[in-house]
Amino acid sequence: MQSETIMGEQRAEPARHNVGLFVTCLVDLFRPSVGFATVKLLEDAGCMVDAPMAQTCCGQPAYNSGDRADARAIAEQTIAAFEHFDYVVAPSGSCAGMLKKHYPSLFRGDAAWEARAAAFSAKVHELTSFLVDVLGVTGVEGGATGTATYHDSCSGLRELGVQRQPRALLASVGGLTVTEMAEADVCCGFGGTFCVKYSDISNAIVEQKTGNIAASGADMLLAGDLGCLMNMAGKLKRQGARTEVRHVAEVLAGMTDAPPIGGRS
Amino acid sequence: MLVTSPAFKDNAREALADRQLQKALGNVRAGFIDKRRKAVEALPEFDALRDSARAIKDHTLAHLDLYLAAYEEKVTASGGHVHWAETAADARGIILDICRKHDARVVAKGKSMITEETALNDFLEASGIRPVETDLGEYIIQLRGEHPSHIIAPAVHLNKEQVEADFRRVHTDLPPGRDLSDPASLLGEARRVLRKQYFEADVGITGANFLVAETGSSIIVTNEGNGDLSQVLPRVHIVVASIEKVVPTLEDASQILRVLARSATGQEMSVYTTVSTGPRRPGDPDGPDEYHVVLLDNGRSSMLGTEFQEMLRCIRCGACMNHCPVYHAVGGHAYGWVYPGPMGAVLTPSLVGVEKAGHLPNASTFCGRCESVCPMKIPLPKMMRHWREREFERGLNPAVARYGLKFWAWFAKRPAVYRLATYLGMPLMAVAGGTRRRFRFLPFAGGWTKYRDLPAPQGRTFMQQWRDRDHVREGARP
Repeated sequence: MQSETIMGEQRAEPARHNVGLFVTCLVDLFRPSVGFATVKLLEDAGCMVDAPMAQTCCGQPAYNSGDRADARAIAEQTIAAFEHFDYVVAPSGSCAGMLKKHYPSLFRGDAAWEARAAAFSAKVHELTSFLVDVLGVTGVEGGATGTATYHDSCSGLRELGVQRQPRALLASVGGLTVTEMAEADVCCGFGGTFCVKYSDISNAIVEQKTGNIAASGADMLLAGDLGCLMNMAGKLKRQGARTEVRHVAEVLAGMTDAPPIGGRS
Repeated sequence: MLVTSPAFKDNAREALADRQLQKALGNVRAGFIDKRRKAVEALPEFDALRDSARAIKDHTLAHLDLYLAAYEEKVTASGGHVHWAETAADARGIILDICRKHDARVVAKGKSMITEETALNDFLEASGIRPVETDLGEYIIQLRGEHPSHIIAPAVHLNKEQVEADFRRVHTDLPPGRDLSDPASLLGEARRVLRKQYFEADVGITGANFLVAETGSSIIVTNEGNGDLSQVLPRVHIVVASIEKVVPTLEDASQILRVLARSATGQEMSVYTTVSTGPRRPGDPDGPDEYHVVLLDNGRSSMLGTEFQEMLRCIRCGACMNHCPVYHAVGGHAYGWVYPGPMGAVLTPSLVGVEKAGHLPNASTFCGRCESVCPMKIPLPKMMRHWREREFERGLNPAVARYGLKFWAWFAKRPAVYRLATYLGMPLMAVAGGTRRRFRFLPFAGGWTKYRDLPAPQGRTFMQQWRDRDHVREGARP
C-alpha cells in the first residue's frame, strides 16, 4: 500500500471507512455548503459518509453555561446516534473538541455511560486532522487562487492539536498562497455566548484580529470553525473590508461556488 | 479592599474607552509573551519541569496539614514565631499587635499580594502606622492611591509620563528642573528616596513565594533587591503568606523556581532569590531581632477536596493574564478585586464569593491559552466552567440567559422538532438577509449586531438537503 495517498486515487481501496458526519449546528443552519464540502473531502478520501438525522448540536452552549443536565442529555443523544460508525468527523475543532474531550467528563461516576462515551470519543476527529493524521492524505485538488491567511481556532488548536494539518492541505492547493498573519493562534473573541454576553470585550478582541488579518495582506481568510468565521466575517463586513471569508473545507474541496460568508460573491 | 467585581461590565467599558490604558496594555501583549516564549524555547525540558512542579504541589496539597505543621516546627526551632490567621481580619490584627509591641511608626514593605488581599496598608494607616511600599511598581501605585493591576507588574497600566508627574508631585524636596525623561532616571530617584525609608522602618513586611517545610525558611524572588533590604534592615521581619505557599524541601522550591521566572518575565531566574530563616543569630552580620510568620487561610482550606483544589498550585507568575485576550482588552482593575486575569477568575469567586465575582468566570472565551502557558498546568477554563455550574445550580445567572438556554435545549433534545423548526425558519431568515446576505441589525441579536454584521443563512438546512439526497439515492437503488 502506498504511504502517500492522493485523493481520487484511493477509491479502489478495499476497506472503506464508515464515517458519521457530525455536521455541527452552525453549518447545518447557516452554511450547508461547508457540510457538502466536508462530505466531498471524505468521499474523495474513500470514506462512506452518512449524517444521522438524530443530531442537533454538540451541547456546548449548555455545557459552557453550567447546565450539565442538558449537556448530558444532548451528549447521550449524540453518542447513541453516532456510536455505530468507525469514525465521527466534524468540520469544527470546537464541536469535535466537545465530543472528544468533554463528553467523557459528563458521565463521570456512571460506569456504563462512561465506557460508551470513552469508546465514542476515541472515534471523533476534526476534519483536517482526520484527513491528514488518520487517512494520511497529503494533498487535495482544491480550488482557489490568490493569497489566504489561516486563523487557528482555539479549541481545535489547544484541545486537538490542529495547526499543521490544515496548512499542509492548503499548501497542496495549486494557485493558492498561504501567508501567516500575526497572532494567528490568538482567540478571535467569539467564545460562544461570550460574544453577546460581553460584546464590548468581544469587539475589542475581534478588532485586534481583523487588524492582523488586514496587515497580512491576504485577500482570503480561512479557518476551520464557523463560529469564529461568522464573528470575523461579521466584523470585517462592518468595517467595510473586502476580505473573502470561507471555511477551509470549501477551499480544500474546491467548492467555492457559494458566496463567501456574509458576502455576495 | 472594596470588591467592584459585580460592576465588571461597567469597569470593562471604562477600561476599553481609556486610551492611555489601552496603550499600556499593548505593552503587555508585546513584552511578556515574546520573552516567555524565548525562555521556554531555550529550555528543552521546560514541559517536563512543569509536570514535576505540578507533582510537587499536588503532593504538598494532599498532605498540607503535615507540611504546615512541619514548617511551623522548624520556624519555631530557628527562633521565629508562627501565627495562624483564619481570616484577613485575623491577619491584620496579628500584624498590628506585633507593630504595636515594637512601637512601630514606619513599616517597609516588600511586594506582597497577600497584604493586598488583607487590605493591610489601609488598616495600618488607620492605626497610625505608615506603610512604605519598596517595590518600584508598588511604590508608584501607592503614591497614586491605586491597587495593583497585575500580580507581578502592579503598575503595568501606567506609562512613564504618568510616573514622572507623580514623582514631581510627591518628591517636592528635589530640584524641580531635574531630568526624569527616561525610565532609568525614574528608577534612580525612587531608589534614593526609598533608601532612607529602610533605615526609618521599625518593621519590615514581605510576602513569600515559597515556605520550606524542611528548613522553616521563606523564599522571595525580586528584581530590585528591595525585598532583601525590607527584611534585613528593620528590627522586626514579618512574613505574610497564604497556607498553600508551603513546599516540602529546598530542592522542591528550586525545581519550581526553574519554571517561575521563565513563565513570569522570561528570565531564567529573577535577579534576587532570597532565603530567610529565623531572626539574626549570634555572629550573623545582619538580620532582624524578631522573625514572625503570619499564615493566612482566608478561605483556601475550604477549596481543598473540591474541584477548585488545583487552583492552590498557583505560584503567581502572571503568565495566564499575560496571555489572556480578555485581560489584554480590559486590564487588571476591571476584574474588581486583588487577583485579575484567568487565575483571578477562578480564585476571586473562591475568596469573596461567586455572588459578587460571578462575572469573572463568565468573561472568558475559553480559548485555553492560559492553561497552555500555566507552569503548574492548572486547568483554568475547566474551573471557570465549574463556577458557571455552581451559578447555574443556584440560579445566579440572569433569567434571560437561563430561559434562553432552556428554550434552546428543549429543541436540541428533540431532533424531530428541531428539524421541523429549522427547516421552516432558516429559509425565511435567508430571504430576510436579502442580496447583501447579512444583517446589520436583528432583534434579539443586538449583542452581536451592535458591533458586527450577522452573516445570513444560505437557505435550506444541511440536514434537509441531505435527506433529499438520501431519498434520491434510496430511489436509485434497485
